[in-house]
Amino acid sequence: MSAPTDPTPRTGALARLRNSDLWRSFLSHRGAVVGAVLLAVLIVSALLAPVIAPQDVHDPRALDLWFSELPPVWVEGGEWPYILGTDVQGRDILSAVLYGSRSSILIGFFAVLLSLAIGLTIGLVAGWMGGIVDNLLMRFGDVLLSIPAILVAILVSSLAMQVIPSGWRDVTAGAVLVAAITLSNWVQYARIVRAQTAVERRKEYVQAARLLKVPARRILAHHILPNTLTPILVAATLSFGMAILLEATLSFLGVGMPPSRPSLGTLIRLGNQYLFSGMWWIVLFPVLQLSLLVIAVNLVGDWLRDALNPKLR
Amino acid sequence: MLVFVVKRLANAAMVMLVVAFIAFLIFRFIGDPVNLMVNEQATQADRDELRTRLGLDQPFAVQYIRFVTNAVQGDFGISYRNQQDVMTLIAERFPATLELVLAASILSLAIGVPLGVITAIHRGRWFSEALQFGSILGVSLPSFVIAILLILVFSVTLGWLPAFGRGETVQIGWWSTGLLTESGRRAIVLPAIALASYEITLVMRLVRAEMLEVLRSDFVKFARARGVPRRVIHFRHALRNCLMPVVTMTAMNVGTLIAFALVTETVFQWPGMGLLFIQAVTFADIPVMAAYLCLVSFIFVALNTLVDIVYAVIDPRLRDATA
Repeated sequence: MSAPTDPTPRTGALARLRNSDLWRSFLSHRGAVVGAVLLAVLIVSALLAPVIAPQDVHDPRALDLWFSELPPVWVEGGEWPYILGTDVQGRDILSAVLYGSRSSILIGFFAVLLSLAIGLTIGLVAGWMGGIVDNLLMRFGDVLLSIPAILVAILVSSLAMQVIPSGWRDVTAGAVLVAAITLSNWVQYARIVRAQTAVERRKEYVQAARLLKVPARRILAHHILPNTLTPILVAATLSFGMAILLEATLSFLGVGMPPSRPSLGTLIRLGNQYLFSGMWWIVLFPVLQLSLLVIAVNLVGDWLRDALNPKLR
Repeated sequence: MLVFVVKRLANAAMVMLVVAFIAFLIFRFIGDPVNLMVNEQATQADRDELRTRLGLDQPFAVQYIRFVTNAVQGDFGISYRNQQDVMTLIAERFPATLELVLAASILSLAIGVPLGVITAIHRGRWFSEALQFGSILGVSLPSFVIAILLILVFSVTLGWLPAFGRGETVQIGWWSTGLLTESGRRAIVLPAIALASYEITLVMRLVRAEMLEVLRSDFVKFARARGVPRRVIHFRHALRNCLMPVVTMTAMNVGTLIAFALVTETVFQWPGMGLLFIQAVTFADIPVMAAYLCLVSFIFVALNTLVDIVYAVIDPRLRDATA
């Protein structure tokens, strides 16, 4: 599984990947293949949103009220090029969904990345040092987990809205969300890594490295960390899905991305207001996109969890 | 045993003190309470007078201790928005949230357990695989998405069930219930399903995993060999052995459901604590936010501690391991 990041020549790594158990298990798992293909399509289309979207939804000048409230093209009254219709401001739904996915994916990705950085570091330090440092760090994590994650995130996000001057809110909203999600997300990684580090620390190869006066930082990074990566990979994949959901929920509640830089959750919140006016397309397409995105992540994550679980092999 | 219980309780108290500290920090430092409470014409003397009256001129630690003492007695101050006692506001809304959460918990057991048994017994059959795939939908779709889809189908298109509100309620003492009127019962259906959707999936997956384990065990093989009917084996012998962890999980998740209910309550305009909290967030009504944070965390921590202690009473091996 470490093949893609190995410093060995590219062709060798690819060949090794193609020959591995993991790759074979991937191909034989229908859900995983479907999920991975779907995920790839969604991620690429979202990241390319500024290139492929018909309209720049972040630019208010691109909106045309003349073309507002149009249904999708296959419905009576729909018009090209507004394939999925437009909302009340004349925003093209397809473009909004593409841009919205981009925000959702980027926020989810950076939240997981930051959580990993914090969680791995704290886990390694706590597991290596033990004693009071370990106790303090882990109790701190316990406290964070003793408040529901959604509550932590709403608090961080809404308090940030109070503190940050209104002119800056649009720009900082994404970063605030990343921080809000990270605050409770890092604990799970720290717990996994800490438990593993506390075990590995006592093993002979680590003792040998210490006798050779290898610096602690190097032992942790080169010898212990790689041994903890398998469960971390599974946890990170599944929590990427959770992070996207959490972001969507916050934006839906109005404490996430602002309407000027909508994520999928913001679009659903805005569309929800028109649920009873018959304009179902405003809310339905963001809902479908969000669902597909998280389902794809979870399909891959579920497979990965089973494939990397030594008990199930 | 006593040592374990005391340690566990001390731990819970510690967590609550930290939560109260966070709530206190929010209360004290986000916006100046004095500025939010006085009107425009107030003189500096008025402000100082109010500051002294609220005790905001006292040292930090003294203020924190007083905040905790008041909070323990259920006094979280006055709502900035409608000048009412915060605890009264929350107490009015609490029955609505609790009814919704209990309905969702019961629903998740009533639907999740049979589904879990079916997918375990008929492992590999097409409908079992379909249900397994359906369970991925259950964890992937956020509750507000399910809520919107339910409203779109059952309220907007079919017009069968109401999409918002709690219907008519009946007052029994300080408790208001919607379960005794026709409109109240109709109103709770969609919110309860939306809130339960995630929980149903969790219950189903857990029951399935436990059942697969139990079905492999010797006593089930023996029962089969003895010629006990399959239905009796599955539902009387096997299922009973799986129910303990399922019930525990459902009980522990009541805290999570109360927190998540705020999303469902927002979609359905359900007049519970969660809706109150979200409205408080929009108006920066800090006392209400602080009180809600403390209350939900308290329920969460209390349930976890209770489950831990009950488990330790039942299973003595856990006492040393986690103490």
